[in-house]
Amino acid sequence: MSRPSRAYIAGAYEHPTRHAVGISVAQLHADVAKGALADAGLTKDDVDGYFCAGDAPGLGGLSMAEYMGLNLRYTDTTETGGSSYVIHLGHAAEAIAAGKCSVALITLAGRPKMANSGPARNYGDDTPDAGFETPFSPTIVNNYAMAAMRHCHEFGTTPEQLAWVKVAASHHAHHNKHAVRQEVVTVEDVLNSPMIADPLHRLDCCVISDGGGALVVVSPAIAKSLGDRCVKLLGQGEAVKHLNGGKIDLTYTGAAQSGPIAFAEANLTPADMDLAMIYDSFTITVLMTLEDLGFCEKGQGGRFVADGNLISGTGKLPFNTDGGGLCNNHPTNRGGMTKVIEAVRQLRGEAHPKVQVPDCTLAVAHGTGGQIGTRMGSATAILGRNDA
Amino acid sequence: MSESERSYPQPSVTVETQPFWDGTAKGILLLKRCRDCGETHYYPRALCPFCFSGETEWYEASGQGRIYTFSVMRRVPAPYVIAFVTLAEGVSMMTNIVDCDLDAVAIGQDVQLTFRETEGGYALPVFTPVAA
Repeated sequence: MSRPSRAYIAGAYEHPTRHAVGISVAQLHADVAKGALADAGLTKDDVDGYFCAGDAPGLGGLSMAEYMGLNLRYTDTTETGGSSYVIHLGHAAEAIAAGKCSVALITLAGRPKMANSGPARNYGDDTPDAGFETPFSPTIVNNYAMAAMRHCHEFGTTPEQLAWVKVAASHHAHHNKHAVRQEVVTVEDVLNSPMIADPLHRLDCCVISDGGGALVVVSPAIAKSLGDRCVKLLGQGEAVKHLNGGKIDLTYTGAAQSGPIAFAEANLTPADMDLAMIYDSFTITVLMTLEDLGFCEKGQGGRFVADGNLISGTGKLPFNTDGGGLCNNHPTNRGGMTKVIEAVRQLRGEAHPKVQVPDCTLAVAHGTGGQIGTRMGSATAILGRNDA
Repeated sequence: MSESERSYPQPSVTVETQPFWDGTAKGILLLKRCRDCGETHYYPRALCPFCFSGETEWYEASGQGRIYTFSVMRRVPAPYVIAFVTLAEGVSMMTNIVDCDLDAVAIGQDVQLTFRETEGGYALPVFTPVAA
């Protein structure tokens, strides 16, 4: 059978750099755009829709359209942190289905390791939550740690179970020559690494890297002309989750909303997935997201990820086969893009042979943005091989 | 360096939140309640986030709360506890737990309001464990 798809991913490209010396942020965006267009077999003159988020320099879509010499009839600069690019994927498909564009380019790039990199968020005085949070010294890690602490309290999740997420990622990164951390680590290695913010150790945290990535999304008609490397977008869902006026619940993520929307649109379930690409800013992010997407019961994420269950070739659910943000890269602290790119490689059968999922037909890619302990964006995409 | 030697950054204050910070300067924690739906919300806003009424009013919190979750920030010169405390009034707020044994802080612990001066003259509402 062949499932219906409103749009296809025709091109995907991940910048090989992890430390962008001598490259501007604008050039990084253009380099990944060029790579994704070449991968698709298209040129920049074919692009009529452009999508970017807060990492794009200047006035976002306007500045980058000028830099790259694009002539556009559609643009979208939705900013939801690291989930932005999975949201752009859905918005691109909607724009294509509505006839507003036919070749949509999505770019992400940045160099947080280099000088002049701003904070993850702009805490200007007009930010309504800033006065009530910033003075207490929240950081990205202790924000996620508070969600992790509550999860451990309510469900008995253990540091050992969290560590298994990192262990699985490291097994995959071992085969990725571009990965920042290529060494295989053990549960003990994670638990013996310095405690940063209880209960998260250093190895529970993602890497920081420069780099970027891009996607080219096209209409079914154009996909037909480009051949069978095009990947189907079968479903997509979004969510914004926040502190709800102080009536808080930090035990779940926005994936509890975005996942069911995406799976329903695709008419598929988590059990149908051959691969899960899950934004992994921290180990807890993966554990909670897998629960919320429905791969296991709420509270059972610790048991689900333990004992190598996420390792390609041995576990039941291969995840983040490029090594993910925990080991491979985390361009400009925004991991949604790279989740989609590795899913595309897998669905084309072009992942590293040591991590390629046999007959990979269906995959889920999930992006998380903002912070899991306060306010966050979530986006889920269900992707299928060309013949899925 | 210990927690008691930490310096606290000044909060950003807007016309909407000035009364809150005037309150902490006097040693009281003010919350906002909606006159229409009766719900308390946090952080305080001019419009109720539950029913969108513009009729919100300040009132003084009891200062009693319980730790909903926390984390000890270890890899800094002066380790500190960040937390969400659920107030007796039903809303939870981000805060710090102070005057405590870092290794004895726990979810579910009863805490009471206290204050810390900031670099800019405003006071921050923080919490300390209630003696058992």
